[in-house]
Amino acid sequence: MGSNSFVRFQNVQKSYDGEVLVVKDLNLDIPKGEFLTMLGPSGSGKTTCLMMLAGFETATHGIISLNGNPINNIPPHKRGIGMVFQNYALFPHMTVSENLSFPLEVRGLTKTTREDKVQWALDMVQMSEFGNRRPAQLSGGQQQRIALARSLVFEPDLVLMDEPLGALDKQLREHMQYEIKHLHERLGVTVVYVTHDQSEALTMSDRVAVFNDGIIQQLATPPDLYERPKNAFVAQFIGENNKIFAEVIEIKNSIVSARTSRGNIIKGKKVNCGEIGSKTTLSIRPERINVGVKSENTSEAEILELIYIGDHIRCRMLVEGDQDFIVKVPNSSKVMNLKIGQKTKVSWLINDCRALDTLGE
Amino acid sequence: MLASQNNSNDEMLTNDGIPLKKKLAKSLFKSRLRAFGLVTPLLLLISLGFVFPILVFLTRGVYNDTFEKYMINLTPMLAEWDGKTEPTEEMFEALVLDLVALKKSKNIGKVASRMNRELSGSRSLFTSSARKAKKLEFPFKESLIQVKKKWGNLDTWRAMKVTSHSLTPVFLASALDMKYTADGTIVQKPEERRIHVRLFVRTLEISLIVVIAGLILGYPVAFLLASLPIRISNLLLILVLLPFWTSLLVRTTAWIAMLQGQGVLNDMFVVFGIATDEDRFTLIYNKAGTLISMTHILLPFMILPIYSVMKTISPSYVRAAKSMGATSWTAFWRIYFPQTIPGIGAGAILVFILAISFYITPALIGGQDGTMISNFIDYHMRKSLNWSLAAAMGGVLLVIVLFLYWIYDRVVGIDNMKLG
Repeated sequence: MGSNSFVRFQNVQKSYDGEVLVVKDLNLDIPKGEFLTMLGPSGSGKTTCLMMLAGFETATHGIISLNGNPINNIPPHKRGIGMVFQNYALFPHMTVSENLSFPLEVRGLTKTTREDKVQWALDMVQMSEFGNRRPAQLSGGQQQRIALARSLVFEPDLVLMDEPLGALDKQLREHMQYEIKHLHERLGVTVVYVTHDQSEALTMSDRVAVFNDGIIQQLATPPDLYERPKNAFVAQFIGENNKIFAEVIEIKNSIVSARTSRGNIIKGKKVNCGEIGSKTTLSIRPERINVGVKSENTSEAEILELIYIGDHIRCRMLVEGDQDFIVKVPNSSKVMNLKIGQKTKVSWLINDCRALDTLGE
Repeated sequence: MLASQNNSNDEMLTNDGIPLKKKLAKSLFKSRLRAFGLVTPLLLLISLGFVFPILVFLTRGVYNDTFEKYMINLTPMLAEWDGKTEPTEEMFEALVLDLVALKKSKNIGKVASRMNRELSGSRSLFTSSARKAKKLEFPFKESLIQVKKKWGNLDTWRAMKVTSHSLTPVFLASALDMKYTADGTIVQKPEERRIHVRLFVRTLEISLIVVIAGLILGYPVAFLLASLPIRISNLLLILVLLPFWTSLLVRTTAWIAMLQGQGVLNDMFVVFGIATDEDRFTLIYNKAGTLISMTHILLPFMILPIYSVMKTISPSYVRAAKSMGATSWTAFWRIYFPQTIPGIGAGAILVFILAISFYITPALIGGQDGTMISNFIDYHMRKSLNWSLAAAMGGVLLVIVLFLYWIYDRVVGIDNMKLG
């Protein structure tokens, strides 16, 4: 385990006021070279974890180690961790080159080495002509690149990014996601990335740790996270998700049979539901539902709303008493038959239906 | 589309053919007029009650027509006189005529005291001669010299020649411890009569020390205020602002109670054995007292601009610096401190300009070596009534301040200043 783990959180707890735990018993191993994203709603403890790793917050309990050495008592400036901040934190009184040169200067590198490295970092983010500008003279996207270059210029093994793309518009954000991903692949640094944007997390990461309420709800690769959410929170937080509340009546070979409030029996994979007689949330992705055909699970449905997206039609339906049942119908000639108010059938496979907890409902 | 908006002169036109600039000015005119209307009362008050009187008064520093106005006959002759040859009989005659007229119109006192400032002792020369002028007969030269021997002295006539110029550098020269002579040269006054330059230097020195002391004391306070949670920092900010709610006079007298020989501070020193009861520190009626109380009184003006600048500096800058490997000190000195310079600049220039014209505190606490130039200006305004010299000194002070302001602009940059 030790050889495989570059960054390690062991039973880490954090409290600001001595009354509430912001981070509850965190255990996390990050191997070298991984792109790990901490994803979660605000207040879920993800930024606190990042700040503890950077050294700006101290862990109330537990050990954080880097490369096998505990770093709890090492001040931030001796940790050698690169960091990109939410608002970039480019020093306004220095030029771009001086900004990039700063981490090299405090390390006592010679002027020529510094110049070479600054040039290398600027080239890396395709900003070589902007060395003499001040941060205020750059656009948001350009500032973002400089912040990125500055966190990498001293060639740290670990780079932390705290919602670095939050201030950019959608198009630029998506572009920068790919750019950061490619930089990570090229340089092989370990990246710990914090975001509340699930599509960003899925696009960029090797693994995603979904945080809620100070606990990692699930730690998995993006496909796993989307296809196989472990609990109702993850299913709901990652991607779109239809929920049908039902009561477990039979569990056989990891297949749960559950009765809905309408008396319909729906079968799904057992993931995180209770014993017979307990409530469960049946979770089905909108794109895994077929309209107008029968299969392993079939329900009556009424079309309430049709929204034309382009590549697909978003169809809001009344299914099992749920008025917000969403089905994504691929845009094909068949779609033209759908009408608002039309009564039809929807169906899905047992494998696409996951029986989860009820999230306290 | 574009072509229709461009006429031959490449001027932008609106759709109805009126030049765009004209239309824009017209559409903005009303709001500009309204905005101007809002500031008009204040503008009038400032220009009529402040700027205009100051400008008028400043002209006194270089313009004084007392002599020219009353010595109607003599003045043109003095202008032609070369200042070296013996004054002619005509000049004496004109002088006597003027003296008679002055005696009659009771204006002799004005001219006499004006002359006395140029040449001490000439007040009685003028007044007593004027009394006898009516009875004087031809030849006026001999009879006038018989009344007062000084009339035969060339220096008297040279002083009159200097005074007869209404537009004159006399007062400016005097404000800088120099003398403007009849032959148009400016020479330094004798050593023992030079006081103004020393006072200007002392004023600048005291102001500079107050700025530096304020910076040393105020910067950490501002830093504390900016880094504490808002609830506590607001409370502390009230403490900083507290002195503003007390009159300047009260604060100054409070310092007298604190600093005097039998005062609170000295008593404490004696209790703690820092000073003996017989040999107490002299903290008041000298430069030290002026410095201590001025620093205290002006401290809020230093703290507030620095604080307001510090509050806008995001803590992520220092964090970023530390994450890049900078120690706390490097992060502060290289990253935090440079960003507070606009606040330091604003505070320093604010305190300096207030300090350079400080009056009440040095007047009450300054004693001999703690008085400043403003106290001297006040002396000439109210005691010696030499308003022209007061105006000249004020003018010199103004020029010094503007010059320093200009240097500040060159070094730091005025647009680099943030008051909040």
